[in-house]
Amino acid sequence: MTSARQKVEFSLNAAENLNETLNAFLEIDRDGALARADDLDKSTSSKSLHGMPIAIKDNICVRGLQTSCGSRILGDYHPPYNATVIERLGNAGAIVIGKTNCDEFAMGSSNENSAFGPVRNPWDTTKVPGGSSGGSAAAVAAGIVPVALGSDTGGSVRQPASLCGVIGLKPTYGRNSRYGLVAFASSLDQVGVFARNVSDAASVLGVIAGRDEHDATTADVPVPDYTEALTNAIKGARIGFPQALFAAGLDDDVANTVRSVVDTYRELGAEIVDVDLPHARYAIAVYYIIATAEASSNLARFDGVRYGFRAEDAPELRQMYRRTREQGFGPEVKRRIMLGTYVLSAGYYDAYYRKAQQVRTLIRKDFLAAFQQCDAIITPTSPTAAFSLGAKVDDPLAMYLNDIYTVTANLAGIPGLSVPCGVSSERLPIGYQLVGPYWSEPTLFKLAYAYEQARPFTDKPLVFAQD
Amino acid sequence: MPITKADIEKVAQLAHLELDEEEVKMFSTQIADIVSYVEQLNELDTNNVEPALGGLTPEGEVTNSSRDDELKASLGQEIALEEAPDPAEGHFRVPKVL
Repeated sequence: MTSARQKVEFSLNAAENLNETLNAFLEIDRDGALARADDLDKSTSSKSLHGMPIAIKDNICVRGLQTSCGSRILGDYHPPYNATVIERLGNAGAIVIGKTNCDEFAMGSSNENSAFGPVRNPWDTTKVPGGSSGGSAAAVAAGIVPVALGSDTGGSVRQPASLCGVIGLKPTYGRNSRYGLVAFASSLDQVGVFARNVSDAASVLGVIAGRDEHDATTADVPVPDYTEALTNAIKGARIGFPQALFAAGLDDDVANTVRSVVDTYRELGAEIVDVDLPHARYAIAVYYIIATAEASSNLARFDGVRYGFRAEDAPELRQMYRRTREQGFGPEVKRRIMLGTYVLSAGYYDAYYRKAQQVRTLIRKDFLAAFQQCDAIITPTSPTAAFSLGAKVDDPLAMYLNDIYTVTANLAGIPGLSVPCGVSSERLPIGYQLVGPYWSEPTLFKLAYAYEQARPFTDKPLVFAQD
Repeated sequence: MPITKADIEKVAQLAHLELDEEEVKMFSTQIADIVSYVEQLNELDTNNVEPALGGLTPEGEVTNSSRDDELKASLGQEIALEEAPDPAEGHFRVPKVL
């Protein structure tokens, strides 16, 4: 059996060797990771994730390491505590090898909003890896680590998973703890998992899921053994197919590839059911009101008083707040704080924020109605494969539309899983998404596992860690 | 609805951001574009729709989030101040307020 040290050493070497090419890691913890691996090798207890190297998005607190959120305003902030998900991974024997690059405060779909430079896609380094958890996606895709954590507020795990050709899960809202995840939009944020196979994703969710007294929004719902769901027995499963979402704006390669996944499910014995989600087309508008409103409130805490960066040239308190935030935040974060402050400001609250929350109810009801007829719904994860670095940076609205298929799950609070299913004519990965009712992660894993067994995704990116 | 430079400056003040001229100009256009995009929501009649505030899942809504009122260890002053840009004598020091 491979020792924890061997596994961790492989990942550390790969992370260090490939970082110049990918810029996936903001910090690599060689000494700490090897020390923890050696401790584990000396102990006799057997743990479920024994010695599994893992990379963590740099907006999730790991004691002893930096948490920059890809922002200058936090810089080399070192949190004095572990996020609950990190505590649980450590107890299960997983070993954090480093912190991964991401869009600043998880705001972005291309990783180009990081203050520390963009991550590059391992399939083609002129392309974006997706975002905001681009570093975690690239690290898993390039074979550096078997699994990584990210956060998903509107698709920030599933979309980069799709663009990098790996599995990406956003669990049900309240399935796992947000304690120690730096808040972006609290009613949408959820920690998610990247993996190269369904089984690893299922194992890791089993470890991090469950009630946490430090996060009042975690639900008291039993955590099953998700690996037990990994069977091929999907005969009779009903998969919803929302025809209307396979329309304008969707790339042909993506549409055709995801349609062939639907055919495969039919061949495997699933029943394909037509479903309608009439309010899904309003999701981006709803999302950019609710997410920015919550962000403008959550990011008020970054004011140069208690931690992080403080502007120097400010002799008066209010000036210090303003200059700290002006110099500390990048353009996309400022844009969202501005938009969120605008939609919440006097006279506009009912017209924008309340209206968006009402349409959110309609979107949620669409899904609950659709799930009366099916066990899960299939869509593309992203309307296109990976796009070129720089292609959409000047057009915020075009960038936001990358999340058209993923934001609905955050708005409704339901789980979503992105699964790789092929490559485009440019040989870039394509993913499909399964979403299901609350707490239906076992169903999503089962369906994804059956597909993975029937049509294994064996293509490898150009940049891949060598054994 | 048009968004003026004055609107942007007012919002920046509320958000504690000191924007430069170029940013004010850029955000005026971009925020106007985004706001006009989100106004498509006005197509929908939502008069009788409850806003989705509070828990999303029924299970989350009924989970009891209160704990027993017992003393528990906290970070402590020293650790809490470790990351402060300008700590002084057990406090966070800030520039003059008035």
